[in-house]
Amino acid sequence: MSKNTQHNVHGVMAEFKGPREIMQAAEHFRDAGYKDFEVYTPFPVHGMDRAMGLKPSKLAWFVLCGGATGLAFGLTLQTWVATSAYKLTISGKPFFSYQAFVPVCFELMVLFSAFTAVFGMLIMNGLPRWYHSVFKHSTFHKASSHGFFLCIEARDKKFDQQASIDLLQGLGATNIEVVED
Amino acid sequence: MQNESTVQRPHLITPGINFKEVSDIVCKPVEDKTPKWWFIAFTGAVSLLLLLLSMLSYLIWEGVGVWGLNNPVAWGFDIVNFVFWVGIGHAGTLISAILFLFKQKWRMSINRFAEAMTIFAVICALVFPGIHVGRAWLDFYLFPIPNQMAMWPNFRSPLLWDVFAVSTYFSVSLLFWFVGLIPDLAVIRDRAKTKTKKMVYGIFALGWRGANRHWQNYEKAYLLLAALATPLVLSVHSIVSFDFAVSQLPGWHTTIFPPYFVAGAIFSGFAMVVTLMVLARELFGLKDLITLHHLECMNRIILATGTMVGYAYAMEFFTAWYSGNQYEAFAFVNRAFGPYAWAYWIMISCNVISPQLFWSKRIRTSIPLMFIISIFVNIGMWFERFVITVTSLHADFLPSSWAYYSPTWVDLCTLAGSFGLFFTLFLLFLKFLPMIAISEVKGVMPEANPHHGEAH
Repeated sequence: MSKNTQHNVHGVMAEFKGPREIMQAAEHFRDAGYKDFEVYTPFPVHGMDRAMGLKPSKLAWFVLCGGATGLAFGLTLQTWVATSAYKLTISGKPFFSYQAFVPVCFELMVLFSAFTAVFGMLIMNGLPRWYHSVFKHSTFHKASSHGFFLCIEARDKKFDQQASIDLLQGLGATNIEVVED
Repeated sequence: MQNESTVQRPHLITPGINFKEVSDIVCKPVEDKTPKWWFIAFTGAVSLLLLLLSMLSYLIWEGVGVWGLNNPVAWGFDIVNFVFWVGIGHAGTLISAILFLFKQKWRMSINRFAEAMTIFAVICALVFPGIHVGRAWLDFYLFPIPNQMAMWPNFRSPLLWDVFAVSTYFSVSLLFWFVGLIPDLAVIRDRAKTKTKKMVYGIFALGWRGANRHWQNYEKAYLLLAALATPLVLSVHSIVSFDFAVSQLPGWHTTIFPPYFVAGAIFSGFAMVVTLMVLARELFGLKDLITLHHLECMNRIILATGTMVGYAYAMEFFTAWYSGNQYEAFAFVNRAFGPYAWAYWIMISCNVISPQLFWSKRIRTSIPLMFIISIFVNIGMWFERFVITVTSLHADFLPSSWAYYSPTWVDLCTLAGSFGLFFTLFLLFLKFLPMIAISEVKGVMPEANPHHGEAH
């Protein structure tokens, strides 16, 4: 393969038989020192994060911030409305009756947290993104239903096209293909 | 095959089905030619929806005088229907969130279905406060929107808490449902035969490709949403009950209301899930994924929550007597033996007596019987809200202001029409979206465990 086509390669991709096989393959690549490889499965395979050597998701921290913002917003809004913007005397109760503000504070906290959880997840995953190189693999349409795929990406420092193909073959993978960007 | 525990647990789905077959079974209704019964049911549902739309137009044109409301009874069918529909929705959240946190794996086969029901029920519920205000074109007054009158809502009113609770509930349920749908929409996208279908489902699947780095964040988001939805669902019906409990009216002003309303909501929602599920699994051939075990589990929850509701009814009476307050005591005696005794006893027979039949395993596992009982529970729970709302209002403190409330034809047609809205949305869901969470079911299959088949 000539040099100028080399940089267009996204990676080497192959299909595995099931959860057990793909997990063993992931462990193998992790132990061999690969970093930029990805597995594609129809459902989250339990233990795969460790098998790939990944750190846990940081999403919860963003959600915590989202929830705190919602709570602060709810309390500020209600306090401002009740004590300065629109003072209403109701049964002689104090304007700042914080006990009555609890439900709305709580609801806004949940609302902001939920939005942060969903949109944070999508942003961290880089979705929506309707085009991706892995979709070029000839049997990748199985990945959402019953196919288990592993892709060694070209950006990995240890990447070597032929060596990757050989490695995947040795691990019992099928449909080994080079996918281009 | 080795099992981790020595206790044999019932299979979650029929054993021997592989991953591809799960996709095939769930996608079949979406991919096959639409069956004839679907068109018949859809025609019926749309007719009722049109009835709802004409009733709403008539109401907005003419004013709330077309309803049967009178002077003491200012809350009638509108509020009864609102509480009924919100309650129905709660089972969906219970199944999707609370059972998820408790790692009840049997939920995986029914959560999508129940969540869809939640969303459609909440849409039906939202119609009623919107029209109940009388001048529906001023509904935006409910929200804290800056306006030229520099006017702001009263945050110390439970009715305003309700606006926030129900709209948050709707938004969070919709997000939760959509997040669950993303991987399954990708399944349909990848199986699509036509270009249009591939594109439409593809757009909504957001380019999902099942990468493990994505699943990592996805699972975390799902867990967090479940953890958020759990207190949320409890808060929503508690706040709905505050609409009543925070007032000073005998029959409404009780501290038992929040837990009692939540139990009732879950009770009615599960009954609705059973009603719909029995039909859907029959009509779409989903018996391998939604087994008798799932239905039995739901019936057990109906039994448990039905008993809680029965306890609450008894406790209300006890408190009324024990309080020594004559207005309170009168409100309850009048409920059971006054002019609305017929409604009260319908409620008791449907909600307290009928679910007790589920103690028998024969009845709990009989499809026709559970279908009938679930319908009874639906009826009973509608009457519960009717009894709470109307009987407390119609005979308040001054006998001179007492009056009997009866609905008009507009009230009745609006109620019927709200079922049209619900079933129209539900039938569209059954036709166009996977009604079982494909990736979640696969995740709890024994084959999904990477150590499946290994010796310990």
